Amino acid sequence: MNVKVLGPGCANCKATVTLIEQVAKAKGLDVTIEKVEELRDIIAYGVMATPAVVIDGEVVHVGGRPSQAKVEQLLGA
Amino acid sequence: MDYPTTSTLLSWLIFTPLIGVGAILLLLAARPFLRIGVRDGASEETRLTIQDLVDNAARAIGLMTTVAVALLSLLLWSKFEGGSAGLQFVHHVVWMRSWNIEYFVAVDGLSITMVILTGIIFVVAVLRSFMSVARTRAMLGGKREGVGNVLAAGLGVVTPFCSCSAVPAFIGFVTAGVPLGVTLSFLIASPMVDVVAVTLLYGLFGWQIAALYVASGLVLATLAGYLLGRLKLERFVEGFVYDMQVGTVGAGATTVPTWRERFVGGLDEVKQVVGKIWPFLLVGIGIGAAIHGWVPEAFFVRIASPDNVFAVPLAVLLGIPLYANVAGILPLVGALQAKGLAMGTLLAFMMAVVALSLPEMILLRRVLKPRLIAVFVAVVGTGILFTGYLFNAILG
Repeated sequence: MNVKVLGPGCANCKATVTLIEQVAKAKGLDVTIEKVEELRDIIAYGVMATPAVVIDGEVVHVGGRPSQAKVEQLLGA
Repeated sequence: MDYPTTSTLLSWLIFTPLIGVGAILLLLAARPFLRIGVRDGASEETRLTIQDLVDNAARAIGLMTTVAVALLSLLLWSKFEGGSAGLQFVHHVVWMRSWNIEYFVAVDGLSITMVILTGIIFVVAVLRSFMSVARTRAMLGGKREGVGNVLAAGLGVVTPFCSCSAVPAFIGFVTAGVPLGVTLSFLIASPMVDVVAVTLLYGLFGWQIAALYVASGLVLATLAGYLLGRLKLERFVEGFVYDMQVGTVGAGATTVPTWRERFVGGLDEVKQVVGKIWPFLLVGIGIGAAIHGWVPEAFFVRIASPDNVFAVPLAVLLGIPLYANVAGILPLVGALQAKGLAMGTLLAFMMAVVALSLPEMILLRRVLKPRLIAVFVAVVGTGILFTGYLFNAILG
């Protein structure tokens, strides 16, 4: 599974990356996490509020640090 | 100083969780011994059932305690008189007179505000789950200036938005055909009329001041945005912004959340916000206390009395480079007010801190040329200045 976290490097974006890493590790999921910080790429996803989460090319979460439950649900854990 | 007991409510609020925790600890400590009651040869499953029972009981006690605390907090809030700086709900018992040991609890405007804040953040977060930046953008698209500015300022308040995403939002709005001035109205209102700021203002100074702040913030965002739009500054937006293609992939992510998701999201928001602001509050209270104790009153009265015409500009100039969480600024504002600083001067200071922050300007520099940023700061700063004078005139 390819997970991208979209955000220009704010505190919540970093927290989101860490959270996804933790959940993936705890559930033993094979996940590659990418940070997308380039404005042009973020906009290309149609995202206007960060952090946002993209899984396998699909925007699944926008505008804030997702809760742990939401991350687990998104990763299908 | 003598404080007679006015209410024991606060003590109940403090000790109810402790009683609950004590009961749970006792129960869990007793757990290993509960096997004794089980006959020898009882199956492993029977033992496990008893363990489960204990766990469930502990959970039930936890839940009941939480509900009790929530009800007590609501009661406390309903009886609290906002805007009075003094101590309320005093519970004072002399314990050992000869040793001067006393039990004393009370609450002031700031600490109760934390109680109220959690409730308000929850409600606002649930309401905001109906809004998104994408939706706001759709509502603003095609709106003319004027009407658009008013709408943008209002939407700035209700849209869930962190100023850290100011840049993607800016690009999204501008490429959707939202006029520059209307976009700026949104970006000014959003951080300024902030739920944490308004709630803390209510706790410290009462609802009149809070309402005045909200109204002036909205008017300021509308007018400043309108004026900036009239100035035709589009050529000072970085050229690449207009060439950007906003993808439509994100549109699919806006599924309608269920009520359960809205509530869980609301609780999560409370956790995040309260967790983030309390260190700022503590630091602010610390600095406030230092000012209260050590800075002589005459110092402030001389430099910042309502009669001093330079007080407001000074406050705005001090506020612009200062980047602080609003939760850290407000205890400070409270302490300064107690020292006799004029309310208008203080509100101007607060607005300058939250609406014109250096980091946000640096972020916006990626899409705005320096000239536009300078004009933006000048226009908004002048607006704040005017608001400060106006309030000093009304309230002074």
